[in-house]
Amino acid sequence: MASVSMTVNGKAVSGEVEGRTLLVEFLREGLELTGTHVGCDTSQCGACVVHVNGESVKACSVLAVAVDGADIRTIEGMAAPDGTLSVLQQAFQDHHGLQCGFCTPGMVMSAADLLQKNADPSEQEVREWLEGNICRCTGYHNIVKAILAAAATLRGEKIAAE
Amino acid sequence: MNKQMTGIGASSKRREDVRFLTGKGQYTDDINRHGQLYAHFVRSEVAHGKITKLDASAAAAAPGVAHVFTSKDFEGVGGVPCGWLITDKNGEPMKEPKHPILAEGKVRHVGDPIAVVVAETLAQARDAAELIDLEIEELPAVIDMREALKGGVAVHDEAPDNLCYDWEFVAENKAAVDEAIARAAHVTTLELVNNRLVANPMEPRCAIGEYDRAGDQHTLYTTSQNPHVIRLLMGAFVLGIPEHKLRVVAPDVGGGFGTKIYHYAEEAFVTFAAKKLNKPVKWTASRSEAFMSDAQGRDHVTKVELALDADNNFTALRCLTHANMGAYLSTFAPCIPTWLHGTLLAGNYRTPLIFTNVKAVFTNTVPVDAYRGAGRPEATYQLERVIDKAARELGVSPIALRKQNFIKPDQFPYQTPVAVVYDTGDYDATMDKVVEMADLAGFDARKAEAKSRGKLRGLGFAHYIEACGIAPSSLVGALGARAGLYEAATVRVNPTGSVSVFTGSHSHGQGHETTFAQVVSDMLGIPEDQIDIVHGDTNRVPFGMGTYGSRSLAVGGSAIVKSVEKIVSKARKIAAHLLEASEADITFEDGQFKVAGTDRAKAFGEIALAAYVPHQYPIEEIEPGLEETSFYDPKNFTYPSGGYACEVEVDPETGVVKVCAFHAADDFGNLVNPMIVEGQIHGGVAQGIGQAMLEHCTFDADGQPQAGSYMDYAMPRAADMPMVNIDSSCVTPCTHNPLGVKGCGEAGAIGSPPAFVNAVIDALAERGVTHIDMPLTPQAVWKAIHGASAVAAE
Ligand code: FES
Ligand code: FES
Repeated sequence: MASVSMTVNGKAVSGEVEGRTLLVEFLREGLELTGTHVGCDTSQCGACVVHVNGESVKACSVLAVAVDGADIRTIEGMAAPDGTLSVLQQAFQDHHGLQCGFCTPGMVMSAADLLQKNADPSEQEVREWLEGNICRCTGYHNIVKAILAAAATLRGEKIAAE
Repeated sequence: MNKQMTGIGASSKRREDVRFLTGKGQYTDDINRHGQLYAHFVRSEVAHGKITKLDASAAAAAPGVAHVFTSKDFEGVGGVPCGWLITDKNGEPMKEPKHPILAEGKVRHVGDPIAVVVAETLAQARDAAELIDLEIEELPAVIDMREALKGGVAVHDEAPDNLCYDWEFVAENKAAVDEAIARAAHVTTLELVNNRLVANPMEPRCAIGEYDRAGDQHTLYTTSQNPHVIRLLMGAFVLGIPEHKLRVVAPDVGGGFGTKIYHYAEEAFVTFAAKKLNKPVKWTASRSEAFMSDAQGRDHVTKVELALDADNNFTALRCLTHANMGAYLSTFAPCIPTWLHGTLLAGNYRTPLIFTNVKAVFTNTVPVDAYRGAGRPEATYQLERVIDKAARELGVSPIALRKQNFIKPDQFPYQTPVAVVYDTGDYDATMDKVVEMADLAGFDARKAEAKSRGKLRGLGFAHYIEACGIAPSSLVGALGARAGLYEAATVRVNPTGSVSVFTGSHSHGQGHETTFAQVVSDMLGIPEDQIDIVHGDTNRVPFGMGTYGSRSLAVGGSAIVKSVEKIVSKARKIAAHLLEASEADITFEDGQFKVAGTDRAKAFGEIALAAYVPHQYPIEEIEPGLEETSFYDPKNFTYPSGGYACEVEVDPETGVVKVCAFHAADDFGNLVNPMIVEGQIHGGVAQGIGQAMLEHCTFDADGQPQAGSYMDYAMPRAADMPMVNIDSSCVTPCTHNPLGVKGCGEAGAIGSPPAFVNAVIDALAERGVTHIDMPLTPQAVWKAIHGASAVAAE
């Protein structure tokens, strides 16, 4: 067993883990943050995507001990403290970008990383970015629309703020 | 278009989204019960074999292990039951070999469970499983259906030639069909494969069993599309637990697509083990486990022949199909290639004579059952492919050939030669609409432009019909179903006027919490946010048959409507009393009961309060309270239909197919939430294109699965899919349910494979290609273009 400490959604947390404990297991079982999902065992579905030090990472492919000291953000940390959805989350609802909701946390975390890297992605760039996120319900149509719409809103907001 | 903001017809945003978008959804694996143990299944690594040694003593003694279960623990326990009996052409019942919870002496497919280790942690259970001393004498496996039927190797002793049933429909038509084909001016023949698929809902299956000694109460949390059905099957047929002692909860479920309808051994296992060990027991499938243990879909091999007269009228259709059952009969498996397939072979057409023979075959593969569409995609695919091929052979337009043979709007209700009666439809309208959407007129220019870039462009059409809203209980009973297929709903008006709806339908992505609230809001004139939709718990919902076959709104929604009507009728009586008027003079509109022609009125909420505080109340005539339960049994199937078009570009150098455009013109009857309906089409089309272009679940000759994870099973990714262009303006409402709705969940998966394949064949026609079996991978397309000789020369 090893001790790990990290910041998760702005809060300092720590716990005891085995060497083989995956980050996703630590989040789901250790911290009861069950919004991060497990959809596969070959690191391909993307249901488990979280942010580690600001970058999207598949939490099923990192050991908890390897992110000791890191700053982690999960789907539970995306809305404002009063519950107001982020622009991206709101766009998913507005554009019906989710059905069963199982892929959704990973989709949102992955797309959030895209938008911080590329404020104005093309439809093709969005589709290619989502290579590592599988959705079985939506055919991606409305996910892509939601991400493009969120990007537009965020650009608009920035312009308004400048 | 109607852009109203609320109620029936509004694209209300989904209320369930907020919890899913913030990580607050509660899926089964998110549930942990105090003191729970973890189950790890030891599964067969061979497709067929005799268990010669199974010694679990070392594993049982390993750290943290509570017990290692084998078939010995299940003596006297029933097998996993099958819910549908097919009677074969000789009047004999189908072969129905036992499907044990854990293998009894023999394993029959890779993934067949042999033993289960239950331990304090999952890691301990997995580690201990390594200590099980297991020896299996491998037997030859039967994988190919035609080989299996030759006998020699039997999956089950009860079926020496591996034939589950040999079914003919419509048997009386056989001779007439043979004769019509012999006399036809033209016969088009096509042999095709409907490829085996893995449903792959993104949430893997999970089950938690719990036992309360004090009350002798069992609870099963499970990833199910129909918790009451699981309660019935598992309680009555497997474990012998009466309904009142068994609660089944299916909380948020991450997609189903059919594969979460069935009762699985793992559910019975955790329920059984929880009592034996007196602790909750949890099992969660890994994705690799899902590939070996979730029931799979399709897997038909078919020869179809279409006969036409000299004027190109369809005169007969003959379809000979081999349908793979896998190693055991899954819950609804026998009905998929028969009643959900044979009865749809008329399609949208007036073909007067139809005959089909279906041989269902046991093989050493994972069981096969319904997957989105179930039987209807197989029927539609063969029809829409053979019609396209006929048009090409005859040198006529495939669109014109379809329209010439369509059932016309004035012919409804239409009795088909394959038992079912279509209530409504306007196939010309949806076909014309999709032709317009696809810009057929501009296609030649697009094709020429593609050619200038060295690409082959094709445009393919298909027109589907499906039977949804399954189904009248007396009908399905006569056809072999071992259950009724009605739906139940309770509508409870609370004292302050808010409403709780308890529905037997189950939402696992369909958005019922929103759609059903829209219906109730519309009928009662109260805001949607005053209405709560409760589903997925046998202790809260009175009864239910669940969600599959696009039945939730057509059948479950109708049960809700019936209950709301009873509420309004009782509320009207209360209103008449309070308003001192005769009941006949009371109108109800926008949530107000009014005395017609006066301004005297009572709001719905006031009536609700009066019902629970019955101080001034017609207590002699009616009881207090405002709650009604209804069971709705549908009068017929519903028959959605639509025209689909797909435009593709093929790179002849590499065989890569790109979907350039996809158009869908559907007639779903009335729509409650158009946004949700469009989402269903998007998802269905993606699964259909996935089947046609990417997905294939195959086994090698020894029965080893060739697709066991997302490394080797090609799930559609975002970059594979086009935007889907949708029109739902052609509406012929269903005539026999109160909302006039038909169901939309499966259409996309039914209509898109033939549209896609027809498009690719259209692109490759100039190279002499007439058919390619799905999936149309680059390799398959390249081979077809370059011909067998080129491949042989490689
Ligand atoms: S769980 Fe599938 S990629 Fe992490
Ligand atoms: S919404 Fe169900 S998997 Fe994406």
